[in-house]
Amino acid sequence: MPKMNLSHFEAAILFALFSSVVLGVITKRTDSERLRYGVRCFAYFVVALIGLGWLMKLGHG
Amino acid sequence: MATDVKAQAAAPPARGWYGVVLLAWLVPGGGHFLLKRPGRGALLLASVAIMFLLGLMMRGAMFQPQTGDVLTTIIYCGGFLGDLAAGLFYLLTVWLGYAQPDMAGHVHDYGTKFLVAAGLLNVLAMVDAYEIAKGEKE
Repeated sequence: MPKMNLSHFEAAILFALFSSVVLGVITKRTDSERLRYGVRCFAYFVVALIGLGWLMKLGHG
Repeated sequence: MATDVKAQAAAPPARGWYGVVLLAWLVPGGGHFLLKRPGRGALLLASVAIMFLLGLMMRGAMFQPQTGDVLTTIIYCGGFLGDLAAGLFYLLTVWLGYAQPDMAGHVHDYGTKFLVAAGLLNVLAMVDAYEIAKGEKE
């Protein structure tokens, strides 16, 4: 099996993507609600990822 | 009247949930397939499978249950349960001899987390299948 090297950002984005898909699928009752919820979860993941990334960068000085 | 009949036909039958949950554990999304929700089952299967494969390709380590102080017990036993929750993916991987040692480096670390997270996402899918089988959810 090929070895994969991902950066922190790529790995976190993939994690966010697949987690959002599952959260969207299992949470809501209609397909449109599921899609909206999944997209919203993904957006929250990305915002948190970028926010925490900047926080760590600024915290390091 | 016609919509009432259609709604009744679409309502999930209350059925034994043991088989559904067992299948949902063994094959991610399998419970949804069994309950005639193929679209959702396919999305769950794809998400868990890709996440598990990415974990393997990043050479993540599988947890072995260890006891000791509280933190060690929680991390290693919890991690083992998380890995085990991926069902057939975990069983096949171990059976085929995958034994990656725990190594330093962010890629290996992400791989280990992806393997556990795939199992935990499958737990969510199992709970969803259980609720559908019990008729608590559409």
